[in-house]
Amino acid sequence: MSAPQQPATQREVSVEIAAAAGAPPLPGGHPDRAYGPYRSTALRAPRQPLVVSPPSLTELAAPVFGPRDVAPLDADLTRHHPGEPLGERIIVTGRVLDGDGRPVRHQLLEIWQANAAGRYRHEGDQHPAPLDPNFTGGGRAITDDDGRYRFVTIKPGAYPWRNHHNAWRPAHIHFSLFGTAFTQRLVTQMYFPGDPLFGLDPIFQSVTDEKAQQRLVAAYDHDVTQAEWALGYTWDIVLDGAHATPPDPDGV
Amino acid sequence: MLDLTPSQTVGPFFAFGLPVDGGGDVVSAGTPGAITLHGTVRDGAGAPVPDALLEFWQAGPDGRVPTRPGSLHRDGRSFTGFARVPTDRAGDYHLRTLRPAAPAGSPHAPHLAVTVFARGLLHHLFTRVYFPNHTDANAADPLLSALDEERRATLLAVPDGGPTGPGYRFDVRMQGPGETVFLDLSTHGLAQPPAATTETPA
Ligand SMILES: [Fe+2]
Repeated sequence: MSAPQQPATQREVSVEIAAAAGAPPLPGGHPDRAYGPYRSTALRAPRQPLVVSPPSLTELAAPVFGPRDVAPLDADLTRHHPGEPLGERIIVTGRVLDGDGRPVRHQLLEIWQANAAGRYRHEGDQHPAPLDPNFTGGGRAITDDDGRYRFVTIKPGAYPWRNHHNAWRPAHIHFSLFGTAFTQRLVTQMYFPGDPLFGLDPIFQSVTDEKAQQRLVAAYDHDVTQAEWALGYTWDIVLDGAHATPPDPDGV
Repeated sequence: MLDLTPSQTVGPFFAFGLPVDGGGDVVSAGTPGAITLHGTVRDGAGAPVPDALLEFWQAGPDGRVPTRPGSLHRDGRSFTGFARVPTDRAGDYHLRTLRPAAPAGSPHAPHLAVTVFARGLLHHLFTRVYFPNHTDANAADPLLSALDEERRATLLAVPDGGPTGPGYRFDVRMQGPGETVFLDLSTHGLAQPPAATTETPA
């Protein structure tokens, strides 16, 4: 396959997005790894079908994380430097559940994101937007007894990328999660309600089912918002859980 | 049943979000029985993938799946069974660990569970590292025994001496000739809940 001479236009990519939107969604609403409008899939999506196989006893368990792994301040991304980062301070909170509705307790969540100007603290980020000396953009938390997590951060900016001409990612926070089984591992992205870039973005649109797309979008929550301080968003995350039986810590 | 949260790619900028110091040191240098596991991740054109992240999860040499917390920040003593390693500019990764044994009652041969994340991968991939010396256990393994010779070989680590003592090479080919066997471990593809059955797509 030879690379096109010119990067595609947004119009061309939008036609491809519309064509793929009719495909029957995969189980769980997950994207098809071979989704064409996201160009980097071309050489990285396997061509062979996945081999369906029952998980091993190893895969039915998961790594264990605890207080040694995550400090309380890790969940407040606005306090990782001496000064306050620029941007709109936000609280992002929610619960991690398995498919049966059980809370995923005492498990690790990790996030990373661009700063308010849409720039990552990463050598590969060529976006000519300013770095913020008071913002790195990585955070960690462990869920509580109820599966709940809470991060304080700033709202990330949208940023350009080179998938096609004039391509922009809607504002998002990357999330990484573990369940009680290795098979529940999830890396995903959380978006903000009403973003005008949703329809144009091949990564968001790789989730072709509209209801599944909505499960990637946090809700503005005025009960989480704190007066004179920060806007609040709620986002619950549901991990695959059909065959995961969490070990009972009480041994009952 | 609740509807699941869909996957999205890890993207190119996870370097300050996920990797941790000593992420490949499941055991510290000099630990008796330590092995090096290393390899190269390649794409469909055979080019090294410099921005992949691999995670490994395994039982210990006693066949126990670790339940000890501390899987991110090593104390230098505890075996937590978890490694997280980004590939370098040459697409290479390496970790230092102990050989796994099969947990009691496991129908599977000793292996490491592996997750592959990368820019361009909208949903991570699962695979496994098996070891060639477990001839009988590998022959009885429900996954390995269902694969043809060529595909089975993609899941077997190759002994190679290693840079710092006993070592194994395990390369990951994301696409194309010699494509690694990747697994659907969910119940979606299984006619029944996981038991002793293995099904492969026709
Ligand atoms: Fe991003």
